[in-house]
Amino acid sequence: MRELLVRLGALGLFGLRILSSLSPQRGSGSDLLRQIYSVGARSVPIVAVGGAFVGLVMSLQGYRTLTTFGASNALGTLLGLSLFRELGPVLAALLFCGRACSSMAAELGLMRTTDQITALEMMAIDPVRKAVVPRFLAGLIAMPILTAVFCAFAIFGGSVQAVWVLGLDPGHYWAALQGSVSLIDDYGQAFVKSAVFGAVLSLIATHAGYHAEPTIEGTSRATTGAVVQGSLMVLFLDFLLSALFY
Amino acid sequence: MKFEIGVGAFILLGFGCALALAFSSTDVRSRLGGASYSVTARFSNLGELRLRAPVKIAGVKIGEVASIRLDPERYDAIVSLRLNSAAGALPTDSAAAINTAGLLGERYISISPGGELDALGDGDEIVFTQSAIVLENLIGKYMFGNGKGSEPAPATDAPATETP
Repeated sequence: MRELLVRLGALGLFGLRILSSLSPQRGSGSDLLRQIYSVGARSVPIVAVGGAFVGLVMSLQGYRTLTTFGASNALGTLLGLSLFRELGPVLAALLFCGRACSSMAAELGLMRTTDQITALEMMAIDPVRKAVVPRFLAGLIAMPILTAVFCAFAIFGGSVQAVWVLGLDPGHYWAALQGSVSLIDDYGQAFVKSAVFGAVLSLIATHAGYHAEPTIEGTSRATTGAVVQGSLMVLFLDFLLSALFY
Repeated sequence: MKFEIGVGAFILLGFGCALALAFSSTDVRSRLGGASYSVTARFSNLGELRLRAPVKIAGVKIGEVASIRLDPERYDAIVSLRLNSAAGALPTDSAAAINTAGLLGERYISISPGGELDALGDGDEIVFTQSAIVLENLIGKYMFGNGKGSEPAPATDAPATETP
């Protein structure tokens, strides 16, 4: 319990430190661009493929359940609501955690191990501002975009499955989506959640990497810790946010 | 240069997906769908009527339930309906009823247009309303009340001619 509090406190202080060094400076734009590329743009394939398969399988399973009640026309409703409210932000965040947060933590851990962070300090360059802030911001920016990609591919995959494989009427599918998914309550919520997840995940990953023990084991432990804690935090925060919103 | 192209494509893809999603699978069209005006209606019982339930004339959706609140003095439900102006003006003596889609389906409000020449404007009230039919009450009346179960029994016996 005590250890948990100490960790949470350290995480919070690190977050404050990142916030206090957010002011832009020379060269920070290109650092940020580079990070958005490696964290966000290169996560698109896995997120898109993951989204498409989630849509396919949810359409299949939802259809099986709904036909027992003779309500297969509500498939669009089922898919849209569960995707925008829970699955889209959570699964995109979990994929992002495995794909991007691990690399963030490993990079920072290696920088710590190879004394690059100390070298930056020696040159009077704030390592948080130079190495941590671009990664944090990149995670914050990339996560909602990746969630949009995930949801788009899932809805598309679901429609392919529903219309081409299961033989549902496409008009019913899209009308059910448009009739039941609210722009602000459901669709907007996906983006609020994903922004929170992006901030928390990149905070955990950069914290773990930045404070890694300067050994090879330390780096690997930091990477594992970032992914494990990040995934747990996403699931926990998702419950908390869902409970808050409704 | 490589990063700029990658990030640009990434952000473009993200916004494209978000826009396509918003237009293909949310209610953004009905929100953007032209001018609307709101009217209110009082009901003594809403049943399962929810926010955003459809408002229909002749089965065609012309609006939705915008808000539901309770009148603290009369204990009536005051429902505010947002109607599309494109659906045409409604006569002031139109009637609103809460119906059910199918036997156990969703509640919706059905409007029967009246014959007056004056039209309902923004903020007006639909006076003639019919509350939701609660299935349990109907079943209860049918089983126990011979169709009159909810009314208190008269003090004197009913004339024998009235009951078959």
